[in-house]
Amino acid sequence: MATPGEQLSRSEAGGSGLAWWFHLRTTLFGYLLVVQEFTALCGQAIVGLVTPPWYVRETIYQIDRIGVGSVFIVVLTGMFTGMVLALQGAVQLEPYGATIYVSRLISTSVVRELGPVLAALMIAGRVGSGIASEIASMKVTEQIDALRAEGTDPVQKLVSTRLLACILMIPVLTIITNGIAIFGGWLIARLYLGIDSYFYWTWAFEAIQQRDIVVGLVKPAVFGFIIGMVGCYAGFQTKGGTVGVGLSTTQSMVSSSILILATDFFLTKLFMAMP
Amino acid sequence: MIALSGVWLTLGERHVLKDVSFDVQAGQTKVILGASGSGKTTILRVILGLYRPDRGSILVDGQEISGLDERNLTRVRQNMAMVFQSAALFDSLTVRENVGYRLWEQGRLSDDVIEQTVQESLQFVGLADTIDKMPAELSGGMRKRVGIARALASGAKVLLYDEPTGGLDPINVCMISRLITKLRTKGITQVVVTHDLDAAYRVADRIVMIQRGRVIFDGPPDGLRQSDDPAIRGFIDPGTLTNGWEAFAKPPEPVD
Repeated sequence: MATPGEQLSRSEAGGSGLAWWFHLRTTLFGYLLVVQEFTALCGQAIVGLVTPPWYVRETIYQIDRIGVGSVFIVVLTGMFTGMVLALQGAVQLEPYGATIYVSRLISTSVVRELGPVLAALMIAGRVGSGIASEIASMKVTEQIDALRAEGTDPVQKLVSTRLLACILMIPVLTIITNGIAIFGGWLIARLYLGIDSYFYWTWAFEAIQQRDIVVGLVKPAVFGFIIGMVGCYAGFQTKGGTVGVGLSTTQSMVSSSILILATDFFLTKLFMAMP
Repeated sequence: MIALSGVWLTLGERHVLKDVSFDVQAGQTKVILGASGSGKTTILRVILGLYRPDRGSILVDGQEISGLDERNLTRVRQNMAMVFQSAALFDSLTVRENVGYRLWEQGRLSDDVIEQTVQESLQFVGLADTIDKMPAELSGGMRKRVGIARALASGAKVLLYDEPTGGLDPINVCMISRLITKLRTKGITQVVVTHDLDAAYRVADRIVMIQRGRVIFDGPPDGLRQSDDPAIRGFIDPGTLTNGWEAFAKPPEPVD
């Protein structure tokens, strides 16, 4: 199906040398439409969160699926990230005789950046693509239409519940990732670098400021919003049967990852600019 | 009960419905007949408010629905139920939960009453023993019958069927035709979309025939049988067609 932009370009380009300009305009028009639709879906989902009916059972189910179901992968992510940071950090600090401070490096980098971003990327892969493929399958098998026919608002039932679960659970999963990463760093520091546990934990906690904790919780909540909404949007936009389901899943994963990384940059800049 | 008047609908670059007008009286079973891609399913979706027409009027129970927002459409849909071509049962729910879905969502009845309604609906379609199964465990014909049970349990006054006998073996076709006939005797208003002539003759009070988005016939089944219109004759008895196949195979006309 041609977008209005494509129809416009076909009628106006007419084989002239300006075809590339019309192609560019069509592409930009397409992106604008995506932004418009995505924003509209976000608005509907947020309205769905604050208006009845409340899908409590569905929300609890999603919290369990998204939260509890992702604990294992974030534990692994945190553990290996912390261990690698300890190894690499020690190499960099050793020439200055500052290996003992490796825990400061681990705790600050994990709480401020690596914990939220890596947990979000892993969850985008597991949860975001799962949401996209589930909703996409419902779309191509007419289940979304069936929901509407049964008098249910599919956005409220499917999107709002998943969005709330993501916003609530991804900060929790990030806290777990952070804790496990610092623990993984301690394993290496204690067993491989021979750093005393007392010093490790003292420096690790001393380095974390109140502001880091706030940043480390706000970022995952924003990433949760991105993962939930991008997954749902990709699912709802699915066309073309099983091929479409695959494309939506991929689109969800790629878009979420890029948006997470870009948003992380801007949030970091924002928090740095704050007094 | 339902009245479409001068309905036009464009999807993408195609005029899918062109000046479609017909009505369905209360308690009547109307069959919408036509070749694949002629716009039959689109008509059902327009009646249900899943598509908004470009022009024209759609009255359901005396209420104009073409300009309603989603919230008000949801209210109108409470009186209608649709049996989808793929049955569209919710994968993650059991047969019981599927059939009682609307009643549980509405929350007006007690669990006991809903359970009884679900069991009665499943008994009506002959699938009482599948109540605890998942949709994936059912055959195509059984899924369609559960779809009918779901529509029935909702207590809707209007049932819409999209190809209820499509892709089924003759026994299942016969079974579903009988169910529709049984519901006709109960006074439920029904709109059945199909390209299965035998099933259409079996269940219809009146038949509407669609070709490339236009209504080319609206009358009783006997009128269709006796029609001399070459387009209708070609559909009823394709063996008599020596040429003109393309009239049935063509997609809807593109937008000017």
